Amino acid sequence: MIVKTEQELAESVKAAPGPLHIRGGGTRDIGNPVDGNVLSTAGLNGVTLYEPGALTIVAQAGTPVADIETALDAENQRLAFEPMDHRRLLGSSGTPTIGGIVATNASGPRRISVGACRDHLLGVRFVDGSGTIIKNGGRVMKNVTGYDLVKLMAGSYGTLGVLSEVSLKVLPKPETETTLVLHDLTLRDSVTAMSAALGSPFEVTGAAFVNGLAHIRIEGFEASVAYRAGKLRDLLAKFGEITQTEDAASAAMWRDIRDVKCFADHGAVTRVSIKPSAAPEFAESLGQTRGADLAMDWGGGLMWFAVTETEEATHKALQDMSAGKGGHATLIKGSASMRADAPVFQPENPTVTALSQGLRAKFDPRGILNAGLMG
Amino acid sequence: MEMPTPNQNVLSRKSQIVERLQSVLPIGAVIHTESEVRAYECDALTAYKCPPLCAVLPASTEEVAAVLKLCHEMGVPVVPRGSGTSLAGGALPTADCVILGVARLNGVLETNYEDRYIRVQSGRTNLSVTGAVEEMDFFYAPDPSSQLACAIAGNVAMNSGGAHCLKYGVTTNNLMGVKMVLMDGTITEIGGENLDAAGLDLLGLICGSEGQLGVVTEATLRILRKPEGARPVLMAFNDNEVAGACVADIIKAGVLPVAIEFMDRLCIETTENYAKAGYPDCNALLIVEVEGAPEEIDEQLALIKDIARKHDPVELREAQDEEEAARIWLGRKSAFGAIGQISDYMCLDGTIPVSSLPMVLRRIGELSDEFGLKVGNVFHAGDGNMHPLICYDANKPGDLELCEAMGAEILKLCVDAGGCLTGEHGVGIEKRDLMTHQYAQQDLDIQMAVKDVFDPEWLLNPAKVFPLDSSASRRMAAE
Ligand SMILES: Cc1cc2nc3c(=O)[nH]c(=O)nc-3n(C[C@H](O)[C@H](O)[C@H](O)COP(=O)(O)OP(=O)(O)OC[C@H]3O[C@@H](n4cnc5c(N)ncnc54)[C@H](O)[C@@H]3O)c2cc1C
Ligand SMILES: Cc1cc2nc3c(=O)[nH]c(=O)nc-3n(C[C@H](O)[C@H](O)[C@H](O)COP(=O)(O)OP(=O)(O)OC[C@H]3O[C@@H](n4cnc5c(N)ncnc54)[C@H](O)[C@@H]3O)c2cc1C
Repeated sequence: MIVKTEQELAESVKAAPGPLHIRGGGTRDIGNPVDGNVLSTAGLNGVTLYEPGALTIVAQAGTPVADIETALDAENQRLAFEPMDHRRLLGSSGTPTIGGIVATNASGPRRISVGACRDHLLGVRFVDGSGTIIKNGGRVMKNVTGYDLVKLMAGSYGTLGVLSEVSLKVLPKPETETTLVLHDLTLRDSVTAMSAALGSPFEVTGAAFVNGLAHIRIEGFEASVAYRAGKLRDLLAKFGEITQTEDAASAAMWRDIRDVKCFADHGAVTRVSIKPSAAPEFAESLGQTRGADLAMDWGGGLMWFAVTETEEATHKALQDMSAGKGGHATLIKGSASMRADAPVFQPENPTVTALSQGLRAKFDPRGILNAGLMG
Repeated sequence: MEMPTPNQNVLSRKSQIVERLQSVLPIGAVIHTESEVRAYECDALTAYKCPPLCAVLPASTEEVAAVLKLCHEMGVPVVPRGSGTSLAGGALPTADCVILGVARLNGVLETNYEDRYIRVQSGRTNLSVTGAVEEMDFFYAPDPSSQLACAIAGNVAMNSGGAHCLKYGVTTNNLMGVKMVLMDGTITEIGGENLDAAGLDLLGLICGSEGQLGVVTEATLRILRKPEGARPVLMAFNDNEVAGACVADIIKAGVLPVAIEFMDRLCIETTENYAKAGYPDCNALLIVEVEGAPEEIDEQLALIKDIARKHDPVELREAQDEEEAARIWLGRKSAFGAIGQISDYMCLDGTIPVSSLPMVLRRIGELSDEFGLKVGNVFHAGDGNMHPLICYDANKPGDLELCEAMGAEILKLCVDAGGCLTGEHGVGIEKRDLMTHQYAQQDLDIQMAVKDVFDPEWLLNPAKVFPLDSSASRRMAAE
């Protein structure tokens, strides 16, 4: 079922006899597998308002991300939270939609400096599980009028409502970028180096460890980037050899990091979010010191572990370890059977679980929206 | 402002309630005499006052939990309170409530520079959070003008912002986790030390919920390394519209200043008479500040000045040294005090899309004529957060009501222009009854359903945020 208007969307949800499986572009069908009739938002297409001088864009949920990026590009702006394109990692096809990005709170390497998708989301319109059209937030940057359901909708994977329209804050594109690459570091040293860079005043917008190399990105006006790169090289000189990659080559490098290209050939991938200083010990206890099947982003705060398709146990072990360290692990890639058996999302503490279930019962009393996807 | 009739059943049990609270708290932590509770009768919205049944000052999360558990059991409403600087009446008591103040919870629990966060108790003041990490050249970004006094507790509850939020965001963008006590006494942790929490974004929901979902006792906050330097430039224009267009052009050009502040003629003149900052004679004034290394600042300011020159400014003044920078900011920082010297005033807080700025300012001018009340405008132009100051005479009967009526018109104007009723002060009791202008009933119903999940009996700060008639059945059910 493909709906074309918000009204149609509301009627379809209201009339649904049973569970629905919400789909944007379908580039990523992950989470615990969901039963139900497919309800696609791909027909809700189009940018409704774009004000470059106010840094805001409003679009219907099914609008292809590529269309949004083209519109922004014409004004030298962008979605600063750098949403990942999962097609490379997962080998999936389809057209990612802006609604799918918001529903999954997809946020890339720049999350450490500018925030996640949720931090750029200004307003939403959505249809709840009883078919009621609801709006929250708006299109201005500051809004504390009532409860902030905008944040709640971001990353709720279509389990609280089906987004029909989203409004987002956008940011100017920088003139240029450069990446410092630190060679031959242990995992532990790489986290120390990345923390030093992120704790400096030089406005680092990316800090990742991939294929045994630490990458530090800075963006901005040309002279400023050159100045900061120099300062950072001085600061990081003690960690050994540093090379530098400029502009387009740097951008390509970060697209690969963002999309976790290094694990495209692996059968199963788990994503762990943790505080950076806890990352080395976490990795070492799995026998990882140089990052063979491990990549890190967010200065060490985000770890990607490649495990083999059959190793459900590894994913579970990662979740157990995360629980002990205040982090959490999510299975991003895995076979359908693995996803059906393993808890895809990290189990939560009982109070949080009860509150989340309580909210779902209010937003979706019949339990028909992507039921069970988040466990 | 209408408030619900206090619950007689609670009032009549005052001594029993006080005794039971005393049994779970240390000596001196329960304040209940008539003269002492008066200290808690209002927040910074001083037009409304009501002494509470009593006030408690717990010193640990466990004590907060004990208080809430008791009040839950006895059906007593609780109003959480940080420093009481809310301008929306968010911490206004009712006669039948217990004020739960977190002022004694003011410690630093952990500073972590490697992972760039600080964990504090929620009663700690905003400015002293930065104070705790300053020696390492770090800072906590959200900087409400009340930062010397207001507590992180109130900042989280109101999702407070400040002048620098164009670049650094508001509280919700800098909050990583909280420890919180639910109304039934359950202690829980939401979010934590890593950048994204698992599951639904409950943290985002707590932030800005105005003390209605739980009592926050600890917060984990992102800290940032201080920039190498900052420098402001002052730009004077003869026309609001031109100043507005200049703001949009700066943003479109790809520079992202940390602050863009706007003042209109009434504010400029009044401030100039009071603070003598040396502002030029003009109709609209912008202060634009950029950050970074000296070279970076030069480059950004050159670009900004080029853009400004295209708009025919009366004057462009770049600060050459610290002293001049301070003088540029002096007027802006004194604006509220300056207006206060010439008149009583009501400070509004609405937001608009920057593009509607000229239209909204024009319309505010017309309303000012219609109501016969002067209005000064000073605001954060980069993010469209306006603070019209309506001047009135508190001693003149009917003037406050006239002022309130005009304030409501301006806030509705903000909403109609595509903005919202409040950008940083919150709804509280002040804008409760205007909520229906921004939201349809079903939009409010789902928000109230959220409160049902966290606080099914509606005991925590009830009668705030939602229009009284909308929340009536829920609040009645509780009694
Ligand atoms: C489990 C999971 C983890 C992810 N992790 C990351 C990550 O770590 N980093 C990152 O950058 N990106 C991540 N993503 C982002 C994601 O892969 C894509 O960028 C995005 O989902 C593309 O949109 P789509 O239209 O193809 O979505 P789809 O594949 O169609 O849908 C994705 C999810 O969003 C829901 N959804 C789609 N449209 C709507 C709507 N209008 N209203 C409500 N719900 C809707 C779907 O039901 C589904 O659960 C993750 C996605 C998933 C599902
Ligand atoms: C001169 C002045 C300037 C101001 N400037 C700004 C500004 O620039 N930006 C801005 O955003 N605001 C500003 N404000 C408003 C005010 O300072 C903020 O709203 C502030 O966050 C309130 O903090 P507080 O600790 O004083 O909270 P209080 O006034 O005590 O309470 C505010 C709200 O928080 C709730 N609350 C308090 N403690 C808790 C807790 N532990 N758990 C849950 N809920 C709790 C209360 O119930 C109430 O609803 C200003 C106020 C003044 C007087």
